Amino acid sequence: MRDEHKLKARIRAGIDGAATGLAVLSTVLVVAPLVAIFIYLVYKGASSLNLDFFTKIPKPVGELGGGMANAIVGSAILLAVGSMIGVPIGIAGGIFLAEFGRGTKLANAVRFTADVLNGVPSIVMGIAIYSLVVVPTHFSGFSGGVALGVMMIPTVCRTTEEMLLMVPHAVREAALALGVPNWRSVLSITVKTASPGIITGCMLAFARVAGETAPLIFTAFGNSNWSTNLNEPMAALPLQIYVYALSPYDDWHRLAWAGALVLIVLILLAVSLVRYVTSRGVLKGAS
Amino acid sequence: MGVGIEVTNLNAWYGTNHTLQDINLNIPANHATALIGPSGCGKSTFVRCLNRMHETNPIARVTGTVRIGDLDIYNDIKPVEIRRRVGMVFQRPNPFPTMSIYDNVAAGLKLNGYSNRHVLDEIVEKSLKNSALWDEVKDDLKKKSGASLSGGQQQRLCIARALAVDPEVLLMDEPASALDPVSTAKIEDLIFQLKSQYTIVIVTHNMQQAARVAEKTGFFLNGRMVEFDSTHKIFTNPSDKRTEDYITGRFG
Repeated sequence: MRDEHKLKARIRAGIDGAATGLAVLSTVLVVAPLVAIFIYLVYKGASSLNLDFFTKIPKPVGELGGGMANAIVGSAILLAVGSMIGVPIGIAGGIFLAEFGRGTKLANAVRFTADVLNGVPSIVMGIAIYSLVVVPTHFSGFSGGVALGVMMIPTVCRTTEEMLLMVPHAVREAALALGVPNWRSVLSITVKTASPGIITGCMLAFARVAGETAPLIFTAFGNSNWSTNLNEPMAALPLQIYVYALSPYDDWHRLAWAGALVLIVLILLAVSLVRYVTSRGVLKGAS
Repeated sequence: MGVGIEVTNLNAWYGTNHTLQDINLNIPANHATALIGPSGCGKSTFVRCLNRMHETNPIARVTGTVRIGDLDIYNDIKPVEIRRRVGMVFQRPNPFPTMSIYDNVAAGLKLNGYSNRHVLDEIVEKSLKNSALWDEVKDDLKKKSGASLSGGQQQRLCIARALAVDPEVLLMDEPASALDPVSTAKIEDLIFQLKSQYTIVIVTHNMQQAARVAEKTGFFLNGRMVEFDSTHKIFTNPSDKRTEDYITGRFG
């Protein structure tokens, strides 16, 4: 009898160990690609990083050196414009889906549209913005920002909806029972309670479009000179990386690697900065 | 000061489910009134009709009249206004998780556009003292989240939050059913003190609790009010056979 217990205990311990091992293995498999990519980028790109990279614009073909300052600034401007379009519309849409339109036909249509939009290949999005914005006007930083903004909307919208739905019903009731009007309760209580998740959704959308090349080819177009005018073609890091990587010159290949490294580091920095800023002022014990 | 509540021919539905049928009752001002009855008998629905929270559910419907003081709450006044006069405490403590203790108490005033800091400070202190929580939280009012308190403290925080908007009536829907006996005793002490200033209606599953805190008790069964009388009469000499069966534990 006792031996049997010991055996069962040993089997249990074995299964427990195996399950823990599988969980650890999965974690490693999830993190490994990111780490591998990062290490490879550092290996290939770090040596080409110098002050010129961050301060100079690209040199004409045949001359060595030059940098991507215009592309870094261009990307920042494009992403700012994109976020200004994508974040408010996406959050407002998510609030509508979760709070005001629940169960209505319009809400179902909006949700379906957002899901389809999320699956549209980015090159298609670029062509769409090309025919809607660029054809009536011309290639411009603004049209690139619009393309990125439109791509952010579905992600922001759907995560906002999911996060709002996770706010307990009791919290909404508490606000209503205090005589707070519904719209005020939604904005000041429900959205505020869900804000960490909503911010994560925005960051996800931001990081995703920050590396997009295809929608910018037909819109921002790229520019090898300084361009901070939204009305003119604008350089962007992913575009510059794309052009340099496809070029036949070794020097440009090296710059492309460096550009890729800078892009990924800047995205990480931007996301961490937003996280840090929004986590200040969170109270002790707040869930 | 509290005001009396006069309920005439109140009926309520959730979809096609007729949850309250022809309720008539007068709840006296500045007393505690307990509502008892088995689960699903309609007592929670009843208190939710007294501050028009019932109708926040899209499939819910109400007919009949409820007068609180001299106001017909279904005709004379908007739902948000009546909810400022009739405070509510729920079964599970539901502080706003992202707000500090201070902001939780001030929430009702702040969200209705009140912003005089000096007055807010005073009201928050007074409300927390009234809910017997002040001494436990006064040192980290603005540092700690409402969600960081223990369950019993959270419930007293919710009572303070309800008191801060200076209601005339306080509805309590099983306020102690999720709490341990010590916290429950504190809530009951509180009800005792508060009823001099507010009209209190308390829904409870716990018959001893009704007997301890309330002057009047109503017994609900299957959406009807079977009997409403002084608590002493209900628990010692009920007029209705069903009330007697329930309080002696023969069903429910």
